[in-house]
Amino acid sequence: MTENTPVPVITVTNLIKQFGRFAALRGVTAEFFGGKLYAILGDNGAGKTTLLRAMAGLNQPSSGHISILGSSKFHDVCQQVGYMAHPSLLYDEMSGMENLEYFARLYGITGSTRCAEVIRAVILSVGLDPDLVRPVGQYSQGMRQRMSLARALLNDPKILLLDEPFSNVDTHSATEMVRLLARTRDQGKTLFIVTHQASLLEGAADEFVWMESGKIVGRTRELKRPESHGASAGGEVNGGNLK
Amino acid sequence: MSAPAGITRVSLLKDLRLEWRSKDAINSMLFFSLLVVVVFSFSFDPSAEESRQIAGGLIWVAFLFAAVVALNQTWAREIRNQVLDAYRVSPAPANSLFMAKTLGNFIFVSVLEALMTPLFIVFYRLRALGPAWQLLLAAVLGTWALVVNGTFFAAMSLRTRSREIMLPLLLFPISIPALLAMVQSTTAILNGEGARFWIVLLVTYDLVFTTVCLILFETVLNAE
Repeated sequence: MTENTPVPVITVTNLIKQFGRFAALRGVTAEFFGGKLYAILGDNGAGKTTLLRAMAGLNQPSSGHISILGSSKFHDVCQQVGYMAHPSLLYDEMSGMENLEYFARLYGITGSTRCAEVIRAVILSVGLDPDLVRPVGQYSQGMRQRMSLARALLNDPKILLLDEPFSNVDTHSATEMVRLLARTRDQGKTLFIVTHQASLLEGAADEFVWMESGKIVGRTRELKRPESHGASAGGEVNGGNLK
Repeated sequence: MSAPAGITRVSLLKDLRLEWRSKDAINSMLFFSLLVVVVFSFSFDPSAEESRQIAGGLIWVAFLFAAVVALNQTWAREIRNQVLDAYRVSPAPANSLFMAKTLGNFIFVSVLEALMTPLFIVFYRLRALGPAWQLLLAAVLGTWALVVNGTFFAAMSLRTRSREIMLPLLLFPISIPALLAMVQSTTAILNGEGARFWIVLLVTYDLVFTTVCLILFETVLNAE
């Protein structure tokens, strides 16, 4: 490998994930490179969330494997990964600040002054007020999504895995979030965004990864859905990485 | 990264704060135990001697059933909004969470016992003939036995469809030796007899099951 050859931050090799008799992922193979924003698109049940959860170490592959930053053990690199799911992953009874204080400790952000500074900065970065004392359960859905994004950004991760970050967020806030995510990418971080609102990422995403029936059926630079390859041809385009 | 003990501490404080705000577990446990005390005291009219014979069983069965209520609540909070996934993707060790949950449940059940024991004493006219401090020892060891297994099995039944039913089905059979030791030690102390064997049994039970739970918890937490 020459010095100029880009090294993938995530390599997925023949990944299969079965839930009982149902195969949610059917042999996904792909390489993803650093400093890019990947939009993962596809219909419901295409396997987008399962792929993201597998990358986050939450779903153990039935076969195949995932390498993140050169490690196949998620726990070794979890400090470098931020994960945002469709639910908020926050305690409804606590304020945003209290929630983030707790999660900051889990990531080893210690010292009350430093911890408070980091949290305030990250809450401000998503456009929320750190002094808001209301419990998260009383936030609007959009605010909850943004606070959830703040939680994912808390440990300053190199890789961000975001599942439906724009759902139930108004257009203006969603556009703001896209700007923030693009800025994050420009800082050299790698983002994976599962979304049904692909148009929001037009112009911001470096690559659109299209999934169908548990397979990657195409990777495009433009928001243009590749022609359906069907189940038989799906495997052939798997691994057709854009670099 | 924070030390495991530090993560246990912040997780415990978080659970105490959540319980303080919602009072889900403590209220349900209190009302349940109160009902047991009142209903049984109306159903029986035991003499002081009979009270000493049955009180051990009554008290511990009431606390066991009440503890199940708290144990079910423990993980329900983590499942709401899938907050447990946020813990799983973090570098925090699984056992820190387990210890925090177990200590939290221990505190909740201990508070319940501290509030309910005077009522038991009044309703059943109890007076210990043996050294009363040994009752405290039996209570601490017995409560730990209940909550350590309860916390573990509540986590195990987390992803099952009917977890409220599943928890007692898993917990009660495995708690039989501990329950027997709790009841027998309490009865022995109340009657002024030696309870050493039962206390030693409780200590052994606690050590064995705490170790086993700590060894297996990471697997349970990451099970799909």
